[in-house]
Amino acid sequence: MTTYSFDAVIPIVCVILAGLVVMLAEAFRGRGEKMPLGGLAVIGLVGAAASSVLLWNRNATSFGVVTADNFALFLNLVLVAVGLMTVLITAQTADRDKLPAGEFYATALFALVGMMLMVQASDLLVMFLALETMSIAVYVMTGIRREAVNGTEAAFKYFLLGAFASAFFLYGVAFLYGTTGSTSLDRIGTIVASQAMAPNPLVLMAVGMLLVGFAFKVAAVPFHMWSPDAYEGAPAVVTGFMSTGVKAAAIAGFTRVFLSALEPMIGYWAPALWVIAAATMVLGTVVGVQQTSIKRMLAYSSIAHGGYLLLGLLAGSDVGKASILFYLAAYALTNLGAFGIIALLGSYSRDNDNLRDYAGLWHSHPVLATLMALFLLSLGGFPPTAGFIAKWYVFSAAIGAGYYWLAIIGFLSSVVSVYFYLRIVVMMFMTDRDARPVPAPVTGIALAGLALSLAGVLYLGVLPSQVIEWAQASVATIF
Amino acid sequence: MPIGYYLALSGVLFAIGAAGVFLRRNLITLLLSVEIMLNAVNLSFVAFGRQQGSVDGQIITFFVMTVAAAEAAVGLALVIALFRHRESLNPEAFTSLKW
Repeated sequence: MTTYSFDAVIPIVCVILAGLVVMLAEAFRGRGEKMPLGGLAVIGLVGAAASSVLLWNRNATSFGVVTADNFALFLNLVLVAVGLMTVLITAQTADRDKLPAGEFYATALFALVGMMLMVQASDLLVMFLALETMSIAVYVMTGIRREAVNGTEAAFKYFLLGAFASAFFLYGVAFLYGTTGSTSLDRIGTIVASQAMAPNPLVLMAVGMLLVGFAFKVAAVPFHMWSPDAYEGAPAVVTGFMSTGVKAAAIAGFTRVFLSALEPMIGYWAPALWVIAAATMVLGTVVGVQQTSIKRMLAYSSIAHGGYLLLGLLAGSDVGKASILFYLAAYALTNLGAFGIIALLGSYSRDNDNLRDYAGLWHSHPVLATLMALFLLSLGGFPPTAGFIAKWYVFSAAIGAGYYWLAIIGFLSSVVSVYFYLRIVVMMFMTDRDARPVPAPVTGIALAGLALSLAGVLYLGVLPSQVIEWAQASVATIF
Repeated sequence: MPIGYYLALSGVLFAIGAAGVFLRRNLITLLLSVEIMLNAVNLSFVAFGRQQGSVDGQIITFFVMTVAAAEAAVGLALVIALFRHRESLNPEAFTSLKW
């Protein structure tokens, strides 16, 4: 055993400390005393971002189980952006929704700790612990409005199926431990590779179990049924947070496990993943078209986006991995923006998430309507937004790897999905408002957050080469 | 005793838990079913660890037990919150979201 370096865990420690400070500050503050809890959270997140940048290209590892390779650091930055946007939007909506701000920020930060650890884990046991840290915190966030029966119900459904999936994941880990005597991805990879010709049946079962566990977490068909309910019942800020952060962390873990340790088994899992990816893209789009609640519609859209991400994973090449990273960055910025707007338009008693609530939004909230339209166009994959480049990149990776049919299915489903994104846009700009109450005007710091995320979406859409370069550098050095 | 017996028992327990999640009609029993699944996995970790003559498997079990406890705490809290809304533990009572 050599000396341990603590470098690789610094980004995670920053966020843990911020979470603890926020929690204690909330607990010890006097009644009615104002405290910049969001500011404390932002400081921790900025620290995590700064340390991730400083660790770039250094391939630090800590304790032999946490690694800070560029792949993880790139995703750390995406996760920090997710956290920052969530804090900025919540700063605006927490009082309105009577959310306990300190608890909310602390839970969100702990969920981010889990996500970052999941992205950085190079050992299956640590990955399981990270998965649970993330999931348990997100269950709590989903049900944070205890007085709302919807939210609590959504949280329980999410909890139940999430715990179910975790058990599958863990069973997979147990089988791999049983056959290789280790939970380290490196060692598992070596041993699995040596018996790739005639694999142990336990390894095959492990692959199946891990596939199920990860497919649940990324909400891939047929393991997606929790996600529309959880996304609809949770407060819109939380929906934005989990549809981007949880998905990013889960896809990252999926990629790391299946393209490093289990890559020798690709002949066994690729066909299954092919079917899952195709079904995910098609079902997410087709069912999404029929929804009347915007939150539910975007939930199905997010399922479909998970399918596009699996396309990149299936491609497996360096282009495929880089396309996953770029897609996650683009998708996180866009989806957080869209859910941020939904959150800002809601009120304490009404979510305002029906499609009809968006009729004539252009007349009452011209700025928000424009922002929403741009975010939706990016989700639909229109140039010159981030979504277009991201989709183009993923599809070209799939074609490069020979998955022509999957690329065609993806392209067609993305064309169909344009229908429901544009339906909202048409609603906002070309329909007159009926008798429904007009949402309150929106000002303040949340708009700054939305503007930042729009800037990101347009930057990735117009000048993507720099970020693509970083994404390629991220996957060049590892697995 | 050969490891096959332990693995078979663990598989049966896991299947019982998994079936319980879908078949039982009581929120508390659903929680218990998930716990059975996790404990089935624990059993196989211990069995594998013993087969390999290392303590890793048993150490992993402690981590899993800790996680299971944290999960049960959140799960029970959610059940209480749900019960306060509807005065019922039957999942059929909670249908404000399409399942």
